[in-house]
Parts: sequence; structure tokens; C-alpha cells
Amino acid sequence: MSTRRYLISKILQALLTLAFVLAFNFFLFRGLGNPVELQSRGHGAMTAAAIQEENHVLGLDLPLPQQFLHYVKETVTGHLGFTLGGTPVTEEIGVRVWPTVLLIGTSTIASIALGVYIGIVQGWRRGSKFDKSMLGVTLVLYAMPEFWFGLLMIMLFSVTLNIFPSGGMQTTATDLHGMTLWLDIGKHLALPFFVLTVSYLAEYSIIMRSSLMEVLTEDFIATARAKGVREKLVRRRHAVPNALLPTMTITILSLGYVLGGAIVIETIFSWPGLGALTYLGITERDNALLQGLFLIFSAAVIVSNVVADLLYSYLDPRVRAA
Amino acid sequence: MSLLSVNDLTVTYKTQAGDVPAVRGIDLQLERGEVLGLAGESGCGKSTIAGALLRLLPIGTAVTGEVLLDGENVLEMTPGRLRAVRWSEASIIFQGAMHALNPVQRIGDQIAEPIILHGQAGEREARVRAGELLEQVGLPSRRLMDYPHELSGGQRQRVMIAMALACSPSFIIADEPTTALDVMVQAQVLRLLKELQKELGLAMIFITHDLSVLVETCDKLAIMYAGRIIETGPAEEVFKASAHPYTKALAAAFPEIGDARFRKHPSGLPGDPPYPGDLPGGCTFHPRCPSVFEPCSTVDPHLFDVSPGRRAACLLVEGALAAAQAATPSTPDLPKENG
Amino acid sequence: MSTIIVPPTPKAIARRRRKDSLLRIWNQYRRSPMGMIGLVVLIFFVLVAIFGPLMASHCDLSPLCHPTNMPIQPPSGKFWFGTDYQARSVLSLTIWGTRISLIVGLAATLITVVIGAGLGLIAGYYGGWTEIILMRLTDWFLVIPFLPLAIVLSIILKPSLYTVIFVIGVTSWPSTARVIRAQVLSVKTRTYVERARALGAGDWHMMTRHILPNVGPLIFANTILIVAVAILSEAVLSFLSLGPDPINNVSWGTILESAFGHGAAYSGYWWWIVAPGTAIVLLVLAFTMIGYALDDILNPKLRSR
Repeated sequence: MSTRRYLISKILQALLTLAFVLAFNFFLFRGLGNPVELQSRGHGAMTAAAIQEENHVLGLDLPLPQQFLHYVKETVTGHLGFTLGGTPVTEEIGVRVWPTVLLIGTSTIASIALGVYIGIVQGWRRGSKFDKSMLGVTLVLYAMPEFWFGLLMIMLFSVTLNIFPSGGMQTTATDLHGMTLWLDIGKHLALPFFVLTVSYLAEYSIIMRSSLMEVLTEDFIATARAKGVREKLVRRRHAVPNALLPTMTITILSLGYVLGGAIVIETIFSWPGLGALTYLGITERDNALLQGLFLIFSAAVIVSNVVADLLYSYLDPRVRAA
Repeated sequence: MSLLSVNDLTVTYKTQAGDVPAVRGIDLQLERGEVLGLAGESGCGKSTIAGALLRLLPIGTAVTGEVLLDGENVLEMTPGRLRAVRWSEASIIFQGAMHALNPVQRIGDQIAEPIILHGQAGEREARVRAGELLEQVGLPSRRLMDYPHELSGGQRQRVMIAMALACSPSFIIADEPTTALDVMVQAQVLRLLKELQKELGLAMIFITHDLSVLVETCDKLAIMYAGRIIETGPAEEVFKASAHPYTKALAAAFPEIGDARFRKHPSGLPGDPPYPGDLPGGCTFHPRCPSVFEPCSTVDPHLFDVSPGRRAACLLVEGALAAAQAATPSTPDLPKENG
Repeated sequence: MSTIIVPPTPKAIARRRRKDSLLRIWNQYRRSPMGMIGLVVLIFFVLVAIFGPLMASHCDLSPLCHPTNMPIQPPSGKFWFGTDYQARSVLSLTIWGTRISLIVGLAATLITVVIGAGLGLIAGYYGGWTEIILMRLTDWFLVIPFLPLAIVLSIILKPSLYTVIFVIGVTSWPSTARVIRAQVLSVKTRTYVERARALGAGDWHMMTRHILPNVGPLIFANTILIVAVAILSEAVLSFLSLGPDPINNVSWGTILESAFGHGAAYSGYWWWIVAPGTAIVLLVLAFTMIGYALDDILNPKLRSR
């Protein structure tokens, strides 16, 4: 059926994009120069023979196209190289995935849900006091770097008011289980969650607002009212479902920025996720780690795009027919 | 008592550029089973009237006058009563059904929606009724499950008609129901409307800029220009023996639907219809009138009886000039420079 | 009377028409409160950037110059914004940071606009395979998350002032390209463009004389908003120590980086954080407000409404 065809084409496109990212990643880091030599320069000189040995082991003395194939094979089988500390990159990433998913997952959902809701209220009563004040708030939030907002929140809530802990995912040196563990994590999650949610909901509200305003000018809204449909139902059944469609597409594009926000927020709050790992990679100039992370981040965005496309096709019957 | 009686209806839009008087004091009368045609160029206010009758105009629009539906004034109804009246007493067929149907809702649900809302049936019965309505307009009932984009323009228009009939209204306002369609499809849809109207004894207000279409389907006509009705009467008479020069021009044109040439110059009339916010003095038609004469630029004619049941707002009508001058003070005559 | 009236040359007519339309735009712009506030704030910052050295000597940036200063002091009569870990006046730091933030913002935007508008113009104008390929490239670039890409590029190119400018410039062009291409497509179908082609106008002539002037205003409004984003991007990259060298090229982002690095948030050294951050917010707000005000005036889609 058409849905399946749509799905398949989207997946194929995603795979193609992933392939490009792989190639990009490979050639980009090759630009840095031979990784073995870089490592030997930084962390301990190696004899010429040792360098050559290492090159051979890593397959770096092969011609470039072959190196690339080797790289692809390694990557696809989950071997992303080793960090400066000697641990497999995959392992380091694996340990940090869950905290990041927890943080980004919850904040993105909250951000979109709240943003859309506020946008609906704004768009439905355009020009109202709420609308105007929200526009002002949005404008200011937009201009605030997320990390600065995060720092301010730490100063306010952690240091001054001492409500929330200022870092980490769990209170250190404790051994909590079950419910108490979850509460502890929750307490640590609260501030970074809050910062990420607020930073991005402004954007979603603006998009939803203008989308709703556009839909309200369409004829079928007048038809619905003429049929005697109450205002609340007009909004819920006719206006919002149609306004959500373009909102979704634009929201999809913002997911990349949320990742960026996660990197800085995790860093500030010492939240032990992929973002904090990235910061570690930056400060230590760990190329292999950064290369692996870049791949993971890109893949995450590509995959979420496909998921979002699927969701969109479910909502918009016109797309399914195409 | 007339089914619909509109008295001195005025609609003024509030825009950033100021107040725009789209409709400036019109009267209409519609009896049960009667078909009234409302004709005029784009911007004359006819679609505004359609919206005004059921209070569908944007919030903030100033609407004055009376719209008496079976004696009740629509403009003074409570929101609850208004919602009850909408669709069950009077429904609308919008033009360009492309955007008049909800793109993400199945058409069966859209047709059934008012039936359920007005408490006329439960969900299942409403669905059945929707299927019957589709058959009535010539579409197979299985199309209930389709989305609007899966239908052609003509089919969507039929769906609009089926939907308009859903709650068995006493009268239907058809706002340019055939404008966006191909000529062949137009003819089909018009025939359908005519059949349904006769079969169900519906009263109709048929709004369009195509005069030739109206003559076939309507009992009486009202011609609009710049927010006012400038001629009324039995359809054939108004068409064949127009009293107002504008009507004459419209009638002579037989404009082609969709041909851009005719949208602005239905008969090769010079100029464009005036912008409602910037109307000429005297008779609003005088800058374009082929039969213009002296008083036209200063005296504003009102509808005047041409013959029993026929009225026109033109100073050329016998007795109109005197009546108009007596009714409204006109600007003092300027000394004549040419005879 | 014997005055000979020389008919104006086409160039003169064009020039006058351009001047008139610019005046018209300015008059409209003047009436927008948002636009005017933004403009005032921007001018303020530009003045600070230019006359910075007069207000805060370069010496203030070097800890060696004022050995008697106390490090990490809250605001006082002597130091309005307090001092940092090297006993430097945060006010001076912020003033000097204005230059770098503005320079990076503008330079990076220049690159972005040249690439983005250039590609958008070419894609929209030539159509066909060129357009398809360019748009695929743009879409691909759009999918890649910005910060990870910027981080990777910065590491490879070694962080510095020029790296930051280049990285931001080279990663922000996709959205501009899309917007410009859409506009070019709509301009392309206008009659006078077809007429010019019928008269035998070449591609370059078409693009520069007909399409560009019509797409120009949109590019300009878009550009202002890009500067806002570029300034934010520099702040983030600097915060992650991927920005310009903080000793010689102080930027607001680098100030915040050192603040964070010294645990300013946890220790309550609020002045060190609030001052540069507020500056960022104000400058970005200024550009955003100007951009929106201009967009309202120049955007043909909004105008026709």
C-alpha cells in the first residue's frame, strides 16, 4: 500500500544520508592527518618502527579507498575505534546513552507539548494580552543562549534557594534503590530538564501560533461554524489537526538544535550523558571519540526524522496517497 | 410571513486601513420555495451578505439592521440559539469546495457531523443518512470513507451540497457554487441544484457573478453594485429588460467562467468596481456608466419602483430623480459650463 | 525661456527610484517601535565596539597591569561589574568582548549569505539537475546537527578567531539557500523576467539586474536574523573553548567559559555570569527585532496580505 511505499522511500533516503555522513566523517578526520602520528606526538613518542607497525594494524597504510571501506566495515559492526584512554569508543558511548535519552526524551516531549499548547492558545486569541506577552517572552528566550540560562538557573535554584542539586545524576556516595533512587534521579533531572524544555518551547509555540492563524483563514473553518459547531469543537476537531501538520515538519528540523543544547546543558549540570562525553572529547582533543559521537548524533537526528515523517504520514491523509 | 426578511443590513469591516463598508443598507425578501439570485462583480458585497445572514463574519465586523428568519432576528440570537438555527434552518454551500472541506476528515464524518450535533440522529443513523445524501447528489455511498483530496472538484461540490442538505434546512445559501468548476461540470451541478430545489421545495439564495446562470434557476433577481442592491425584480424581466445600465451591461456580457478578461470587465465596461473604502460621490456607478448624465455625480439614487415588483436605483428611471432629490439634500448645482 | 532640460539617463532614473524606495522603506521602518528600539540598541553596541578602547584600556585585559586589584570581587563603586579570577574588570572585558562578538557575527554572516544566497540563486535560476543536486546537498546539510558538526570542524581546524568565523559561516547557509531559492522561483515567473529573456538577456545579466534586485530585500532581512544566530553560535562555541583565543580576543563567550571553568555558578559569582550574558541577549535581541521589523516591511508574502 502507499504507506509502505512512503515508508520504504523515507528509509532509503535516510540510509543514503547516513552513507554520506559516514563518508563525510571519514574524509574529514583524515584531514587531521594520520591518527597514529597524532597520538604519538601527544601522548608518548613512538619509534618509527612502532608507528609503522601501528599503521599496519589499523590498516592505515592501505590506499585511501580501501581505508574507507575498512572504516565502513568497522563502523557498521560497531567498532568505532579507541579513545585516548584506551577504552573502546562504543563502550564509552554505550554507558552514556541512557542518561541522555532520559534527559532529551523527557524535555523534548514536554517542550513540544507545552509549546504547541501555548501556541494554540496564542493563535486562537491572536492579539490578546496573553498572546502579546508570550510573544515578548518568546523573543527574549530566543535571544538567550541555553547555557547561560542554565547557569542562571543553577545560581538561582541550586545556590541561592538550594532547592535542586547543581550537578550530577545521582547524589554521590549513596546506594539507593527503587523508588528512592528514582526520586533522587528526578531531583537531579529537574533543573536540566527545565532549562532544556523552556529553551525550546518558545520556538514551537511560535510555529504553532502562526500555523493556527493561517488555518483559521481557511474556508472549512467557516463551514464548520456555519454547521453549528461550537467554538471549542471547531478548534479541536477542525483547526488544530490541520494546524499541527506544518508545525510537525518544522519541529522535525529543530531536533538537531536540541542535541546541541543537550551538549552544553549536560556539561553545565555534569549530567553523565553523551553531551558531557562530547565536552570531555573536546577538552582532551580525543579525535576518535569525537568522530564516533558525531556519527551517533547525526544518526540520531536522521532516525528521528524518519520517525517524525512516519508520524506525519499518519496524521495527514494527503501524504499517504502520494 | 416571509421565510427570510432582511431589513437595512449594513456590514462594515474593521481593517488596519480604516472602516470598509462592504454592504450599505440592503433589503431582501425570500418566501418558502423561492429562489433568489444575487448577482454582481467581485467585491460588490454579495459574499459578505452570505456570511452576514448566519453571523459568520470575522469578530469585530460591524453588522446593523435586521435579518429575520421566520420572524426571529438572527443578529440578536443568543449563541446557543444561533448554533441551533445554523444548518438546521439555513445552510451554506461555499465556493471553491477545495478549501471548504476539512482536508483531514473523511467526508462521511463531515456530512454526519451537523446531523449528530443538532441531535437529529445518533452516530450510526447519521452515517446512514450521510450515505443517502451522497446518493441523492449522485455519488456512490461508499465514498463516505474518502478524504476530500480524493475527489474531483465537481464531486467535492456535490459533497458540499449533500452536506448542506444534511439537516433538512428550509433554505440554502449557495455562494458561487459553480465558479471554480469546468463548464461541463458546472452544468451538471446546476442541474442537480435545480432538481433538488424543486424536489425538496427549498428556498435558495443563489450568489454568483454569472447572470446567465441565474436566469435559468431563479424566480427573482437582485443585482448588487458597491454594497447596494441596484435592481430587483422577476428574473427574466430583469435580465431581458434591465432598467439599470449596469444590469444591462452584465446581461449583455454572458461572461465566461474562469476567463480573466471578464472578471473585471464583464461587458467591456471601462474601469474597475470601486474599492469599498473609497466610493465615488453621487451614484456610485456613474464613473463607468455609459448613460451617465448631469445629476449622476451628485445625487445618490435609491431603489425606486419601475413597475410593480420591479425596482432600480437609477436616476434614469421615471420619477427617480425627483424622489432622490426630495429625499436627500444634494450638493448645490455648479454653474453649467456646457449645455 | 531658454533653459535646456536634459532628460535623465536611465541610470539616473534607476538611481533616483532606488533612493525613493529606500526612503519609503525607512519611513515605514520608523513607525515600527520594535524596529526602532532594536536599532537604538544596535547603534549603542556598535559605538561601544568602536570606542571601546577609549572606555577601557587594553591594559585592563592584562592581569599584570593592575596588581593591586582583588580577584573575583562583586560589583562595587570601582568595578561596576566586579572582577574576574585574574582581577580584571568584568566591565572592561565585556566592552572589549563587544568587538569580537560583533566581528564574528558579521563576518560569519557574510560567508553564510554569500554561500547561501549564491547557491539559492543558482539553484532557483538554472533549475533542472543543478537545482536538484544543490537542493539535495542543502537538505543533507540541514539534517546534520549544527553543534556536533561545528565542534568537529573546529577541532580539525584548530580553534581560533578565524576558525570560528569559518565554521559558523560554513554551517549556517542551508536555510538561507532554501529561502532565497523559493523567492527566486517566484520572481522567475514574473512577466518582465520573461520579457527580458525574450529580448536576449544573458544569464548573468538576468541574475544580477532582474532577479537579484528583487530577491535582495529578502536577502537583507534574512541576513539580519542570521547575524543574531551567528552571535549565539559564537557564544556557544567559545563556551566550549572552541572559540577565539581568550587572552588576545576576548569575547562574551570566552568570558563565560572562564567563569564556568572557575565554578562561578556554584560559588555565586553572579556578576561574572550576568554581565556578558546580558550583553549577548541584548545584542541578539536588537538584531532579531530589526530583522522582524524589516521582514514585515520587505517580505512580499506578508505585504500582499
